Amino acid sequence: MTGATRRDGYPVRVTVNGAARTVEVSSTETLLDALRWNLDLTGSKECCAEGECGACTVLVDGRAVNSCLVLAVESDGLDITTVEGLETGGPAGGRLSRLQDAFLEKGAVQCGFCIPGMVMAAQALLNENPHPRPDEVREGLAGNLCRCAGYQRIVDAVLLAAEEDA
Amino acid sequence: MSAPQIGVSTRRVGGRERVTGRQRFVGDVRLDNLLHVRLVTLDCARARIVAIDTTDAERVAGVRAVLTAADLPDPMPRFGPVYADRPVLAVGETRFHGEPVAAVAAETEEAAEEAAALVRVTVEELPAVLTVERALDPDAPLVQDPCLRKGPLAQTNTLREWHFGWGDVDAASAPCVVENTYTFPMVTHFAIEPHVFLASADHDGVTVWSAIQHPYLLQSTIATLLGLPIAKVRVIAPDPGGAFGGKQHAKFEPLVAFLALRTGRPCRLALTLAQTFQAVRRTAYRVRMRTGFAADGTIRFQDVVTDGLLGAYADIGVRVISKSTYLMCGPYRVPDARVHVRALLSHTPPATAFRGFGTPQVAWAVESQMDEAARRLGIDRLAIRLRNLAHRGEEVVRGDKPADGDWHEAVHKAAEAIGWGNPLPPGRGRGIGVAIKSSATTGASYAIVRLHMDGSATVMAGTSDMGQGARTVLAQIAANELGLTTDAVQVVMGDTGVAPFDLQTSASRSTVFMGTAVAEACRDVKRQLAGMATRAFGADDVGVGNGTVAVEGRTLSFPDLLVAGFAGVRGEVIGVGSRRGEADTAHPLGGAPSFYEFNCTAVEVEVDRETGELLIVKHVSVADVGKALNPAHVEAQDEGAAIMGLGHTLMEHLIFDEHGRIVNLGALDYRIPTTKDLPLELHSLLVENEDGPGPYGAKGAGEGGLFAVSPAVAAAVTEATGAVIRELPLTAERVWRALRTEG
Repeated sequence: MTGATRRDGYPVRVTVNGAARTVEVSSTETLLDALRWNLDLTGSKECCAEGECGACTVLVDGRAVNSCLVLAVESDGLDITTVEGLETGGPAGGRLSRLQDAFLEKGAVQCGFCIPGMVMAAQALLNENPHPRPDEVREGLAGNLCRCAGYQRIVDAVLLAAEEDA
Repeated sequence: MSAPQIGVSTRRVGGRERVTGRQRFVGDVRLDNLLHVRLVTLDCARARIVAIDTTDAERVAGVRAVLTAADLPDPMPRFGPVYADRPVLAVGETRFHGEPVAAVAAETEEAAEEAAALVRVTVEELPAVLTVERALDPDAPLVQDPCLRKGPLAQTNTLREWHFGWGDVDAASAPCVVENTYTFPMVTHFAIEPHVFLASADHDGVTVWSAIQHPYLLQSTIATLLGLPIAKVRVIAPDPGGAFGGKQHAKFEPLVAFLALRTGRPCRLALTLAQTFQAVRRTAYRVRMRTGFAADGTIRFQDVVTDGLLGAYADIGVRVISKSTYLMCGPYRVPDARVHVRALLSHTPPATAFRGFGTPQVAWAVESQMDEAARRLGIDRLAIRLRNLAHRGEEVVRGDKPADGDWHEAVHKAAEAIGWGNPLPPGRGRGIGVAIKSSATTGASYAIVRLHMDGSATVMAGTSDMGQGARTVLAQIAANELGLTTDAVQVVMGDTGVAPFDLQTSASRSTVFMGTAVAEACRDVKRQLAGMATRAFGADDVGVGNGTVAVEGRTLSFPDLLVAGFAGVRGEVIGVGSRRGEADTAHPLGGAPSFYEFNCTAVEVEVDRETGELLIVKHVSVADVGKALNPAHVEAQDEGAAIMGLGHTLMEHLIFDEHGRIVNLGALDYRIPTTKDLPLELHSLLVENEDGPGPYGAKGAGEGGLFAVSPAVAAAVTEATGAVIRELPLTAERVWRALRTEG
């Protein structure tokens, strides 16, 4: 779905990155589509569309969710954070979160297509476990595929962010 | 004037956009008035198309076009980087599962989807050629229409064959002859960004959006197919979200362009991940290798028959096969060599480039032979390699470019890092492997550097930044040459309408070729600045450094000079640079490699005898990179290549059913490495002797980490268990079965 004309429309009220939004979605549309095409939040990515790759990971009430597996109509009332919500102060002169900065510091970003989902999965992990061990990070990010396979640096970035948070 | 920008791990240019979600990939491009495209495909690889009825599809509300072969020019327009053999739509017969017979453009994705399902295609399924053995069978059906091919091979499924070698293998003898067959399966690229194609017939030409590695080749392909001047075709190529060779050449861009012309509307086709599996894949190999060794392990001869399995169309797979097998002796000195190579057609998705360009397939055989010889002769596996490994200046192909690096240094480094020779606990083994890849042979890269009034600079380069960090490295080179920091350099790429020609982003060529072009362009800027200083100050004694100009004892910054030089009228200094690799028609590959990419990989592996599962305890990759312009990025790429190598070594292969359909289509059934597959320890080490042909002595990098992973892991399994495996991948099931056989 790419914002084209729809035959049915349902209003859904969600909080996205701290702001209350009402969007009209179709009955077949996923939360990922609604974010990308109705709200123009294209940071969340689509790859496998079956919940295996994690490129579409967003936070719903602080927990990681594959937004490609959630129907948009089911998301009424949810509090959603996308990658666009991590930076503070807006895009011009905005400040990266510790986690985002750690990804750059550790050289964890290559092509970058998996990174929004990876960052959100890592954020969810840190929300639940602020000081994970390396094996816990490896376990926690196993649902997010990176084909450039910057995994080692990604794990290091999460550990660095956790350390700075101490 | 700032500190040197070379050899420092600058943060990734474009990194901030990537961690904030602001990076616009091709799938994020918005066009107004868009039509959505869906492909119509069949449920088998090969079928005769009897009839196509589009009546019901055209009745679906919102459908604007249903395109079949009948709607395209006759004869069917065909394209391909080596042979123009791939049709825009299948005509007469389909040749691989997923090849479209029609396409629908509609106002919504749902309408396109519905209509595509309503296109009635009457077909007769025909037997398909899916394996090397069948492709070589004289009774097998021909994959390509012989009328479209030339020469004596047209009546066979051998698209091309080559004979490489030197000396006299028949006259050579050896006390130890190792003879085996190795297979390397088809693998999918699995870039996390699936392919998205858009086209719009604007103004008096066409604009195509595609996250493609070679935008300028796509531009000329589209121009040829549509009968347009190159200048009227604009390719916008947003940074690919991973490519790995799978986004080198045109796929459905021509089809989408035809649809855009036909409907007069912008059209968009987004492939599903499953469809990307069907679009292109890695070239599969069967290598039959007979290697002779002296009692001390010295290689006496190499005698090889290699069959590379292409898909239905040649794509660049045909070049993968010839270029990789040209180095069928690896990085070793071999007195007599004979290599017979065939590129075979099959009813499978087109085989194309895949990181390593055939080198992992070749190294799997070459290095496994070395291990077996060492075992038979009772020689240490590290020692047998060092005995045969070429030293700088020694030839690895007779009469061709000699070894251009200190490869022994790299091997010693890897051996030390893995703890070669140290005692191992039970159930563990070590393996070591080496390999070289021929880098880019010919081709040109052009760059423009614009020095602005405030001293900042814009670099315009046609390279694609697909994660390797081309933007960063080119910014570093320009910053270094112009005395800036990378923050003051903008790198513009990904638009043929803006950036000058670059042949391609592949073969680890960009740092060497485009990097040189950018450095040249900066030097051109500095030459012009010298002229400006001479004119502005009437001075003969002018010296232009990196960021400053010395004029008769005074030191001026670039901005100060520009203000003086342009005398109140604003302007900019535009430098042009290029690097060309000229063709050598007498060379079997059309030109000698500009450098060799060398890697040594060593691993320590633990084998679970109960399950056959392998645990990579330690993994060391050593790359000879000449000079790491950005060490962190070079290491990150090398680590990524290592993990990708573990993918094809441990788990990845496309499986076909008898109808030629990929069985494990999609992320659920085709596994790639995850964080849980990371080696417990992973180290990327670099050899830097500043001996490359690129700026500051750099060589290309980023592919080597996956060259020799498979033989190293397999040899470790053999050391741990005695089991010898010559087929990939080394899945738990395959290892478990091998353990049962070996007892």
